[in-house]
Amino acid sequence: MHLDLAAKRTGEFFLLTTDGYVMPSKTPLYQSHLDASAKMVDFAGWDMPIHYGSQITEHHLVRSDAGMFDVSHMTVVDVTGDDAIAYLQNLLSNDIAKLKTHGKALYSCMLNDHGGVVDDLIVYFINDSFYRVIINSATRDKDIAWLNAQTSSYSNLSLRERDDVAMIAVQGPAARERALTIFADNQRAPLESLARFMAAEVGEYFVGRTGYTGEDGFEILMPVDEAASCWQQLLDAGVKPCGLGARDTLRLEAGMSLYGTDMDETTSPLISGLGWTLAMSDERDFIGKPALQAELDRGVQQQMVGLVLKDKGVLRNHLKVVTEAGEGEITSGSFSPTLAKSIALARIPAGVSGEVEVEIRSKLLKADVVKIPFVKQGKSCI
Amino acid sequence: MSNVPAELKFLSSHEWVLVEDDIATIGVSDHAQELLGDLVFVELPELESSVSAGDSVAVIESVKAASDTYAPVSGQIVEVNDELEDSPERINDDPYGDGWMYKIKMEDPDEVGGLLDAEAYTESIEDDDDD
Repeated sequence: MHLDLAAKRTGEFFLLTTDGYVMPSKTPLYQSHLDASAKMVDFAGWDMPIHYGSQITEHHLVRSDAGMFDVSHMTVVDVTGDDAIAYLQNLLSNDIAKLKTHGKALYSCMLNDHGGVVDDLIVYFINDSFYRVIINSATRDKDIAWLNAQTSSYSNLSLRERDDVAMIAVQGPAARERALTIFADNQRAPLESLARFMAAEVGEYFVGRTGYTGEDGFEILMPVDEAASCWQQLLDAGVKPCGLGARDTLRLEAGMSLYGTDMDETTSPLISGLGWTLAMSDERDFIGKPALQAELDRGVQQQMVGLVLKDKGVLRNHLKVVTEAGEGEITSGSFSPTLAKSIALARIPAGVSGEVEVEIRSKLLKADVVKIPFVKQGKSCI
Repeated sequence: MSNVPAELKFLSSHEWVLVEDDIATIGVSDHAQELLGDLVFVELPELESSVSAGDSVAVIESVKAASDTYAPVSGQIVEVNDELEDSPERINDDPYGDGWMYKIKMEDPDEVGGLLDAEAYTESIEDDDDD
């Protein structure tokens, strides 16, 4: 048996220092993870907790109660200045003009000229000249280069990476109630009334009612030096730590895309289940729009669907999907703890529905094509 | 530190073997289940099939990955642990007991001499940890 997937650092994501040593980055919560008996793994150059004992137990905890994730490895960029709106309207395929209320969040892709996805992100509208963008960690270097490369036409624009903040996601049906207890009485009111996909600033904290699990909850940004004490207060409030393992099965059940797996620079949002994020209809031009329009005019050839395995086994990334209209491929496959079945996101020929087959170890197993999400707020959707 | 029972033999690829007369009972080590994490599916060999030492005969799948497991000795599969079909987590809970996978009636009991004893296996996983 080869244990390299679970046990070994691959090294491929390590940052090489000038004298040849490899050095994974540590979040401000590194010691908190060790104190909680985390099993640490390399994730895109970061030393991160994969689980604290059982990934499946952590998964169920988020569906039934509340769990928290250290997501401080993610990249936060503040975009400020009078040209911030024009800059982001050119950069993003969703339209930030939809953001009418201060604190409102929007999910979007940023595309290259070919309509491929450079990254997916959340942008928060703080005020007319201040937007906060949260992008992935694995793509940080190329994203920062891309963001900088698009600034030249704008004179009143500033980009600032916020490596002075840490981020904790508290997720689950009891997440908000428990998380609220760590705030002072006078800070609690704006957070209690915070609507979904909105954020509020309380003191030095920035709290969004967002997440990546399909459950209610908060994503809390805070100064780096307050991260460990915030984590401890959340522990004291009964929120259990959860690792990146559970985060992945939770997001998969929720039908949320993972950059680099479900979409990348070679796939357009139209074949990645992200057509809903494209604001194509208005006059606005944005990077990648002509390529998307051409793809729409030609007819979109593939679709992203959910698969539920009917036979025993586990669907995995890159397995071949056999359909009556040709082959497809699983982009994210795993075991769904909530459904106790294997599920996957798969890119297959457009128009296919019903039953398909997946090739696992030279055998063809039956799977149903389903609408995503698989699970919403703890309940099965299939 | 994971548990390595002294009475068992091992492969460096983390299978354990309990030898009783000409019957070998096979499972995966505590160290292996710990690294794999929660197991969700086990594909066992077919009853009465013949296997050779080193053959990939069973697959165990955790949430994250599928791993082949190898036959430590040659012979015929005479029993499989059907309970694992619905309860693969038995391997996590009790890798050397309820989590056993299958039994081989050995063709050549001398093959056991080529397996690692508990001490040698412990050394091999300590080497792994140092990597």
